Amino acid sequence: MIKEIDIKTPDKKTEETEKKGIIRRRDVLKGLATIPVFGAFFYSLYKKKVLDDLKRKEILDELGISGKRPAVPPYNATKKPGELIRLGIIGFGGRGEYLAKAAGFAHPDWTERKLRDAKKNRMDKALENFLNQEDLNVVLGGVCDVFDVRAERGLAASKNDTSPGGKSRGLKEAKRYLHYQDLIQSKDIDAVIIATPDHWHAQMTVDAANAGKHVYCEKCITRTEEEVYKVVDAVKKSDIVFQLGHQNPQQETFIKAKEIINKNILGAITLVETTTNRNSPNGAWVYKIHEKASEQTIDWEQFQGAAPHKVPFSLERFFRWRCWYDYGTGLSGDLLSHEYDAVNQILDLGIPKSATASGGIYFYKDGRDVPDVFQVVFEYPSRNLTLVYSATLSSGRVRGRIFMGHDASMEVGSTLTVNADNESTRYKEKIKNKIIDTSLPLFSFHPGSKEIDTITSATERYFATKGLMYTYRGGKQIDLTHLHVKEWIDCIRNGKKPSCGIDRGFQEGITCHMATKSFLEGRKVEWDPVKRKII
Amino acid sequence: MLKRKENKNGRLSKFTNIQLSALVILRVLIGWHFLYEGITKLVNPYWSAAGYLSESKWVLSGLFRSILTSPAALKIVDFLNIWGLIAIGIALIAGCMTRTASISAIVLLFLYYICNPPFIGYKYTNPAEGAYLIVNKNLIEMFALFVLTAFPTGKIIGLDRLISRKKKPE
Repeated sequence: MIKEIDIKTPDKKTEETEKKGIIRRRDVLKGLATIPVFGAFFYSLYKKKVLDDLKRKEILDELGISGKRPAVPPYNATKKPGELIRLGIIGFGGRGEYLAKAAGFAHPDWTERKLRDAKKNRMDKALENFLNQEDLNVVLGGVCDVFDVRAERGLAASKNDTSPGGKSRGLKEAKRYLHYQDLIQSKDIDAVIIATPDHWHAQMTVDAANAGKHVYCEKCITRTEEEVYKVVDAVKKSDIVFQLGHQNPQQETFIKAKEIINKNILGAITLVETTTNRNSPNGAWVYKIHEKASEQTIDWEQFQGAAPHKVPFSLERFFRWRCWYDYGTGLSGDLLSHEYDAVNQILDLGIPKSATASGGIYFYKDGRDVPDVFQVVFEYPSRNLTLVYSATLSSGRVRGRIFMGHDASMEVGSTLTVNADNESTRYKEKIKNKIIDTSLPLFSFHPGSKEIDTITSATERYFATKGLMYTYRGGKQIDLTHLHVKEWIDCIRNGKKPSCGIDRGFQEGITCHMATKSFLEGRKVEWDPVKRKII
Repeated sequence: MLKRKENKNGRLSKFTNIQLSALVILRVLIGWHFLYEGITKLVNPYWSAAGYLSESKWVLSGLFRSILTSPAALKIVDFLNIWGLIAIGIALIAGCMTRTASISAIVLLFLYYICNPPFIGYKYTNPAEGAYLIVNKNLIEMFALFVLTAFPTGKIIGLDRLISRKKKPE
């Protein structure tokens, strides 16, 4: 039993006033009793805001950076459509298809599948994003692939009306060229996209440049060092617009990262660590072999072309060419090239003084001759800095791309985070005064953080976290490759230089080939800037 | 035995001082929490319910995730969330429309709870600041509000006292 003590029963007077609806002083006091709580609340809120703003302002003032999104590079400004540009594409494999889609030509299989996906899962915005892509006012006029099935896919894509321009373009089917030379020499083609294996890049770029055709070439720029010089000569002699397929610079976080470097927020950067981790057969280039592939459907002689060793017809080599030095340079040209370019875009490093590489074939013992674990150390004594690249194709452990400075470190991918260093000289006072808390990011940047991504495959997820797939413009998710192709097309129209032009391409090619040479020869190699040669 | 009795005006008449203080303080504290949750979301330009919704599990996950498919729906959810929290917070502190506010708060907390229930085997990427098994702070706050609904205090200490007076001169 609970004893009734001090029970609050309304006295007669109260009941009386209630009935009459009279408000007495006592009612006002009780009615407003909790109102002073708002005073306490908003005072606390104000104090917290003042403190937070002060900290934020002090930090941003100290850093001299804006908390805003970076300005989009001017060449991404939407241009008037101008005259039609007729594209040709050489190589219509996985990457070729992706590039064609980035230019506005998706294969009907893809658009139909994505339509079904979107119906099943409305979060799947792949088709919507594609249709919202800017119409670049280009046609896919020519397709060349040595495998009939892929060439046919290219033709089907060229006339697919489910495209950014839609039916209004009245797309005609592209012409199939059996030999790449015919495509390059054709009067019906203005610009070519080269998405073949690396061993063909140099010859095709040189031929296209000589024929006055603009070139978008996939990385790595070439398969060998000697070819780099040939490509640079040919492109520089011509007046074509050359763009190398590193879509990184289109990323908002990279533009912000550059701002942070320019403001010297990190202090002296002595070490940059960049990595590639993948853990799937597809990520390790064990691509599917098409069931219709045979000696009858593949022009093997043309495929081998510039490869140093001619071998009998091999489906494995045709589809999984990245596993052999005859056609590419493995991790070096495929993924180190992206990482190097990312760092080069941000730090403007140029070619390193030396490179030391090591690694081995430790997991995929499937007959390949390129390593699946690969490490390179690049030295930049003139910049007092080392760039380390480290990769494995058999672990999905996520490692960042990290710039280590004396005052702060920065991690850059699809988001950007800067953390002050505990022992920083520059921020010493602010750390001591608790204005900077080193356990929290000093600065972080999340483009499009109100958006939810539906990135499905493991490789896509990898590329997205590395900042290689999508970026945001005005809060909308945009395919980076589309922006990169668009930049190339815009530059063709307005004569400006693209962000990954021949000079960057030269640096990328030489740096990757230094790594490859060091690995293959088991020694440290150096760049001789006078002789312009790897020694 | 203490019996709850309501007088003709529907006002609770039987609380000891300590009971009344406990209930009013609880009401103000929950109100404070709601108000601040709402205001922090209001001032953060990057805040959205999207992350929480995308993690949704259990029976209503399909419904919650479907909100994400429409930017307009997400905008509405974000808006309702922010202003719902703020309005409930103000109402609970001031003791204004206390019953409506308490019930709305229960509904909101129930949605939060059911969206990401801390059931056995469910994992979320949003880190929890404590350790929860089935019962989490949303559930506890929800039942605290249930107590406040069962023992309303707005008409004793709160603006409802004044409002009810004004309305009642029949």
